Amino acid sequence: MILFLIIAAIALATALLVVLNPNPVRSALFLVVNLFCIAGLYLLLNAYFLSAVQVIVYTGAIMVLFLFVIMLLNLGTPDRSLNKLKAQAPLAVLGGLILAGTLVWAVTKGAPPIALPTEPMVGLDTLGSPQGIGKTLYDPKKPWLFPFEVTSILLLIAVIGSVVLARRSYGEEASKS
Amino acid sequence: MSMADVPLSWYLILSALLFTTGVVGVLVKRNPIVIFMCVELMLNAVNLSLVAFGRYLGDAGGQMLSIFVMAVAAAEVAVGLGILIAIFRLRDNINVDETNTMRG
Repeated sequence: MILFLIIAAIALATALLVVLNPNPVRSALFLVVNLFCIAGLYLLLNAYFLSAVQVIVYTGAIMVLFLFVIMLLNLGTPDRSLNKLKAQAPLAVLGGLILAGTLVWAVTKGAPPIALPTEPMVGLDTLGSPQGIGKTLYDPKKPWLFPFEVTSILLLIAVIGSVVLARRSYGEEASKS
Repeated sequence: MSMADVPLSWYLILSALLFTTGVVGVLVKRNPIVIFMCVELMLNAVNLSLVAFGRYLGDAGGQMLSIFVMAVAAAEVAVGLGILIAIFRLRDNINVDETNTMRG
């Protein structure tokens, strides 16, 4: 309980700092802390494999990609001065408060109560372990095998697409020469 | 079951607040990289609520869906950053207010 509150507070604070900080590099570093906090919450929820995947994929791969592009494109400058839509920020904050209020109300009072299982659940540790994840993912009786294959094709398309996009295009070279 | 004394609604409220922070960030920020980071924030908030639901219902589906969301997020970031690099080559500036060539 205490652990949840501490991690939740850190996650919320760093999420706010990601938005409020004008420097993109610092935003990225705060996002790293935030993703670590969510990995910790996964540990509290008995999702051990997912916690490891969160650290490896998000804070390892995706955030390195973010920082790499920030430094490659030299975008480290604060973007405070080039905002043209002055009224957008207060309206966005107002809409965000309305959205947060609605969501919290829906979670606490609005929705009909979910029938949670009352008896103590067995096998939660195996559910989140790598063995349990693999058994569920590759079980032909469960609906996860086909999405898994589709995801592999999607990743292949993303690799090819990003290579094509980041390559110097032919028209640009022709116009330079 | 030692951690089950944290109610499910606390996880959902935390997830809602993180999601809202991401939404506001997408609307407020002008730097597309920071906008991407806020999208990641939203995806993580949804993942958190999925895993919490799966844990409290004793179902493996929440964690499965989270794994797929992570894979799709990785693909999305790779393609999105590729697009940003292409735009930057074209005009040396990726302010989202000026990138309106595709506007119909």
